[in-house]
Amino acid sequence: MIEHRRFGNLLPHLVLLAGVVVVAFPVYLAIIASTHDNSVIANGQMPLYPGSHALETYWHTIVSGTQKTTRQPVGGMMVSSFIMAVGIAVGKIAISIISAYAIVFFSFPFRMTAFWIIFVTLMLPVEVRIYPTYKIASDLHMLDSYSGLILPLIASATATLLFRQFFMTVPKELVEASKIDGAGPIRFFFDTLLPLSVTNIAALFVILFIYGWNQYLWPLLITTRDDMQTIVIGIKKIIDVHDALTEWSVAMATAVLAMLPPVAVVVLMQRLFVKGLIETEK
Amino acid sequence: MANVALRNVRKAYPNGFEAIKGIEFEVVDGRFCVLVGPSGCGKSTLLRMVAGLETVTSGEIDIGGRIVNQIEPADRDIAMVFQNYALYPHMSVYNNMAYGLRNRGMPKDEIDGRVREAARILELAALLDRKPGQLSGGQRQRVAMGRAIVRQPKVFLFDEPLSNLDAKLRIAMRVEIRKLQRRLNTTSIYVTHDQLEAMTLADILVVMNGGQVEQIGNPLDIYQKPATTFVATFIGAPPMNLMPMRYASLGLPDGTDGVIGVRPEDLEVANDGAAEGSIAFELTVAAIEHVGAETYVYGMRPQQGDADTISAKPGEPPPGEILVRVPGQEAPAIGEKIRVLAPRQKLHVFVDGGRKRIEL
Amino acid sequence: MENRAIFSGRMLAYLLVLPQFAISLIFFYWPAIQALWQSFLVQDAFGLSTEFVWFENYVNLLRTPEYYQAIGVTLVFSAFVVVLSLVIGLLLAVMANHNVTGVQIYRTFLIIPYAVAPAVASVLFIFMFQPGLGMIARAWNPILNGTHAMILVIIVAVWNQISYNFLFFLAGLQSIPKSVIEAAAIDGARPVRRFWTIVFPLLSPTTFFLIIINITYVFFNTLGIIDTATGGGPNGATQTLVYKVFQDGKVGADLGGSAAQSVILMIIVVVLTAFQFRYVEKKVHY
Repeated sequence: MIEHRRFGNLLPHLVLLAGVVVVAFPVYLAIIASTHDNSVIANGQMPLYPGSHALETYWHTIVSGTQKTTRQPVGGMMVSSFIMAVGIAVGKIAISIISAYAIVFFSFPFRMTAFWIIFVTLMLPVEVRIYPTYKIASDLHMLDSYSGLILPLIASATATLLFRQFFMTVPKELVEASKIDGAGPIRFFFDTLLPLSVTNIAALFVILFIYGWNQYLWPLLITTRDDMQTIVIGIKKIIDVHDALTEWSVAMATAVLAMLPPVAVVVLMQRLFVKGLIETEK
Repeated sequence: MANVALRNVRKAYPNGFEAIKGIEFEVVDGRFCVLVGPSGCGKSTLLRMVAGLETVTSGEIDIGGRIVNQIEPADRDIAMVFQNYALYPHMSVYNNMAYGLRNRGMPKDEIDGRVREAARILELAALLDRKPGQLSGGQRQRVAMGRAIVRQPKVFLFDEPLSNLDAKLRIAMRVEIRKLQRRLNTTSIYVTHDQLEAMTLADILVVMNGGQVEQIGNPLDIYQKPATTFVATFIGAPPMNLMPMRYASLGLPDGTDGVIGVRPEDLEVANDGAAEGSIAFELTVAAIEHVGAETYVYGMRPQQGDADTISAKPGEPPPGEILVRVPGQEAPAIGEKIRVLAPRQKLHVFVDGGRKRIEL
Repeated sequence: MENRAIFSGRMLAYLLVLPQFAISLIFFYWPAIQALWQSFLVQDAFGLSTEFVWFENYVNLLRTPEYYQAIGVTLVFSAFVVVLSLVIGLLLAVMANHNVTGVQIYRTFLIIPYAVAPAVASVLFIFMFQPGLGMIARAWNPILNGTHAMILVIIVAVWNQISYNFLFFLAGLQSIPKSVIEAAAIDGARPVRRFWTIVFPLLSPTTFFLIIINITYVFFNTLGIIDTATGGGPNGATQTLVYKVFQDGKVGADLGGSAAQSVILMIIVVVLTAFQFRYVEKKVHY
């Protein structure tokens, strides 16, 4: 750091490289596996470099799925996942931003109570209330529907907190100038506040998209039909054959496809992602 | 106790930018050396090179007869006071001061002795158990100094330690630092951008600009005989007035082109009276500032053609403006035409684009 | 909060808060209350009548060995994952903080695990550790061997969490003013000593925060891993408290007991969250 050893920078590089190898190896392996023919893998003879079956495997996976288990082509699953992820991200952002707006920029009875009620939902992750929530969703006829996949997950205290924190840093002179200019609350929201919030929204979108895409428990419970499955659930079924041979190449192709959108989003929008992560945890 | 010598020290960055362009000077043991200059002149970089926090591209830094270029900061036997104090936030004042000594394996009682002694000198005894977060700016500054003096190093390095204090405190601390240094007699190098601080603290003043040394010497010598227009306008406040050469006949060879300088305090308003041994010029009063003990009179020279002026850069007085310091509170009215005298021996002449001083 | 500029318009305000409020009420509070209520009930074998039994369900829970096993599993799992992922995350962050060239590239790779769903991560490792593939010794058998199963889920969970810890530690390291480190260097502290006496103490808010987050992760977010990799087995060797709720509920036999488990978990979350917010307040100021 401060010391200027000749080989000073070697150690960090070595450690970081080792870290990257450990981190990337499983992913790399999956990618490799998805490019080989299944029989090669099953025989334990898979080499460590890509094979030639990539196109074939992926096509097969996306379009026809595995015969035995899912009966559902992975392509369809990806659509499901995508709708759910975007729905959750957009939903959470939309209802949180307007709640935060109301709490910060308006004065009404039970304002702080409303805030605390929203805040307490932080302490109720879906895992502690699964079955009762399931029952309610079922009673509302939300099983096997996108609304069932999305709605129960979109009340988010974290997003509301983030927006509230951000809104509180908006100088009050801005609001006052807007009022003088004749803008009402709705105008102010769309013309001034929203544009200011764009980076926060983008950062949150990245985090929430990943959160939505990677959901496991809730989609597992609420979807029974094969065509509503998300890819993260579908994967389990592909490898779930105990004695019969798992089609590893397909399984790995599915895994790669399951990883692709969130990883792509994180890598391409790194800065926003890191900002979003750190902001939401304050 | 040690000399510090810099021999042809250079620092260049990988992108080619030369921050320090070949600096050479020596600070004799026990002296207080001040590096002064505008932001970006390289003074902090130079200080950090002496500390070992920046690398030296070429040249030698010598502390106490030992060339320290390759030696780690911890082993150079120096202590540094940072601009933002850099106190350890999670340690008490006592531990902040004891840390350096503990790292060197000093016995506990000796550490305790030194810390308490430093605390006594700096009036920190009541604060020893507090954490930096609980102290005021001035108190933190003293802890930073305490941390430096317990080490009894060969050299003290100060990186603009007073910049973060309010004006009154700054003046008080300035005096304290000087007294302390005299008492401890440790070689010190002090960086500041404030010329007043520089003038009052330095035994040796090093005026820097753009990575180079403009002038080195005793503060008063520099004040009386600045070597370049940069030094002339940087040292001394309000700054020296500069005007084009042809504005006065000084008996210099024809064709000498340059700049004449005269300090506001050396000018005298004398509407009549002899101009023997003085240059006289007419000014139209543009503005007056009463500061209490004296009055600043801003006058404009009559313009003579468009090539008359030295173009003004930001922060410089508008071309043609001369500032006169008039003792007392009586001053001419705005718009009035006055006559101002500049004694010949108080004139400074610079040629070569302001980089060389010639004596009249 | 007092000095805010506000709009008038109560109706609008209520309308704005309504969606979130409604969803919170319907899908968060109502189920939670139901769980609480159900935890005090016992259904008869046919599911026809229910009886209010105060804390009997809780007492019964504490009498079942499986519950204690689940507690043990959860604790062991947490301990290993928290310690391992924090240490590795910290090590990587410290190295990345060394002004290394190309740190952006390293960082890009190191955040990948965060984006991978726990269930998918599990699949990756199952594949990698398959005896048939030859990467691991033939003796590896997470299906039959409880310890192997535990090791498997621990590895997957640690892999998944490294990114998060790495990012937060890195941010924490970068928020330490460089001049404090320099002062320590001048004060004679070598890199290792500097780390333990200056850097690590100043990182403690971040560390504490991450411990809580990691514990929460292990408790609640590892369901996908367990379900995919081991199904809670063999013989409950990887059945955490949350997984037990999941499995018991699937069978559907003991509504009251399942609800009681949920309530206990709720209490744990509340405690953890309370800790988290308490500590986030205490971040060191410079």
